[in-house]
Amino acid sequence: MTLALTSNVKNYLLDLVERLGRSGIFLISGLWRIFTPPYRLPPLIKQIYFIGSRSLLVIVVAGIFVGMVVALQFYDTLVRFGSVSLLGAAVGLSLMRELGPVITALVVIGRVGSAICAEIGIMRNESQIDALECMAIDPYRYLIAPRLLAALISTPLLTAVFITVGIGGGYFVGVVLFEVSPGSYFIGMYDAVLWQDIIMGATKSLVFGLIMIWVATAKGFFLHLDKSGSHGSEGVSKVTTDTVVLSSIAMLYADYIVSSLIL
Amino acid sequence: MVNQTNNPAINIKNLKCHYGDKLALDDINLTVAEREILVIMGHSGSGKSTLFKNVLGLVTPTAGVVEVLGRDISKLKKKELYELRKSVGVAFQNGALFSSLSVRENIELPLREHTRLDDSTIQIMTMMKLAQMNLVGHEDLMPAQLSGGMLKRAGLARAVIMDPKLLFFDEPSAGLDPVTSAELDQLILQLRDALNMSIIIITHELESAFNVADRITILDRGKQILTGTREEVRASDDKRIVNMLGRKVRDEAIDAEAYLDSLTKGRSK
Repeated sequence: MTLALTSNVKNYLLDLVERLGRSGIFLISGLWRIFTPPYRLPPLIKQIYFIGSRSLLVIVVAGIFVGMVVALQFYDTLVRFGSVSLLGAAVGLSLMRELGPVITALVVIGRVGSAICAEIGIMRNESQIDALECMAIDPYRYLIAPRLLAALISTPLLTAVFITVGIGGGYFVGVVLFEVSPGSYFIGMYDAVLWQDIIMGATKSLVFGLIMIWVATAKGFFLHLDKSGSHGSEGVSKVTTDTVVLSSIAMLYADYIVSSLIL
Repeated sequence: MVNQTNNPAINIKNLKCHYGDKLALDDINLTVAEREILVIMGHSGSGKSTLFKNVLGLVTPTAGVVEVLGRDISKLKKKELYELRKSVGVAFQNGALFSSLSVRENIELPLREHTRLDDSTIQIMTMMKLAQMNLVGHEDLMPAQLSGGMLKRAGLARAVIMDPKLLFFDEPSAGLDPVTSAELDQLILQLRDALNMSIIIITHELESAFNVADRITILDRGKQILTGTREEVRASDDKRIVNMLGRKVRDEAIDAEAYLDSLTKGRSK
């Protein structure tokens, strides 16, 4: 019994180390291709369009409503202390430092991470990645590098859009609905938000984008090595779910790490 | 038709390959001459695909030598292997076309990745291959819109777009009706003559194999049980080959009772 348990733990740990090593080499290989020639613009633009441009509408909608809810909650709290003039600062800081990067990343994970993982997983299933290798086309350069770079460019930009429209949503609730002075809303925000907060938001969005695309591409790429043995459509469905769950949890963990390092 | 005098396109010596503890290929020795069509046959799990992957450098052999176009692929660095693969075409069973690209874009892909030809030259070369494969008029369709036979022909067009010296074709006839299958066999023979290629085909289909093969290799549980001409394969007395060819096994009566017992052994209460 004890022997079997020890053996299971040992196998689990070996499997974990193997997966971590494989994923680490995968990430380094992908990043290496970004910085080494030949550089190809069309695949990068295609991926930026898919990850960034096509996520824009959902980010704008999410940003407006999150900004409105944040303003509503803060207004309700601040009004009890007679500090409504701090509404702009509260909305700005919370969106810039926390909500903007986190909610943008969650939206991107749900919309883009799952789609990219499924796409690459299907390519693996249908021998398309083997076909690339056989045609002497490096799959890391052709498939992975453009997606990595596109996510690193698009996620911070989407976060900036989310924060901007969130501030607009907060303005609508605070200034238009609750008649807070527009001057105090923006000046409070201007005084409270420091470069450090902007750097924190930008760093988080970059890290979250990297985590999302790393997990999504690696899960799809190594679908055939999945120890659970599910391949075909079931395998694709499984790795897609794993991608959403794992990248969301990894992102929230990274959120804490980045916050604690910068604060 | 087959040039046996020059260096072989493929030369495999004492090839062994393991997946973990399992021996997938055991002591395979094989040569493929220039302009030769070699058909590899065998049941599922016989090692056909593993042999295919070893020759393409997708799997590293445990022992033995695999020379492709005169190069020992186990000694090649990744860059050299990629350079070699530009002279090798591979047509997959399901076509393995990229679903996000049209038929034309799929066929053009190797040219766009490996050459600096201008757009019009690439288009002309692509249209020539499309015409050769009887796919003109379908070039702007997406792979999902193609029939099984068209997918295979589009995959074949992509495999030969760089005019390779060596072509691998995995299960050309699988899932095709007899007429389409016969047309594809004809196309393979035409391609060999037009492009002077050596061709290796993996197939289960006996008719197709005997239509196109110069020689046939038969694998069984990772072992090479015979390599020979069509006539030599037909004349073989090996029980496994006789079974595969669908002929009655001579001098062997089936003991139905013993067979049923073996199936139900341990299940009866």
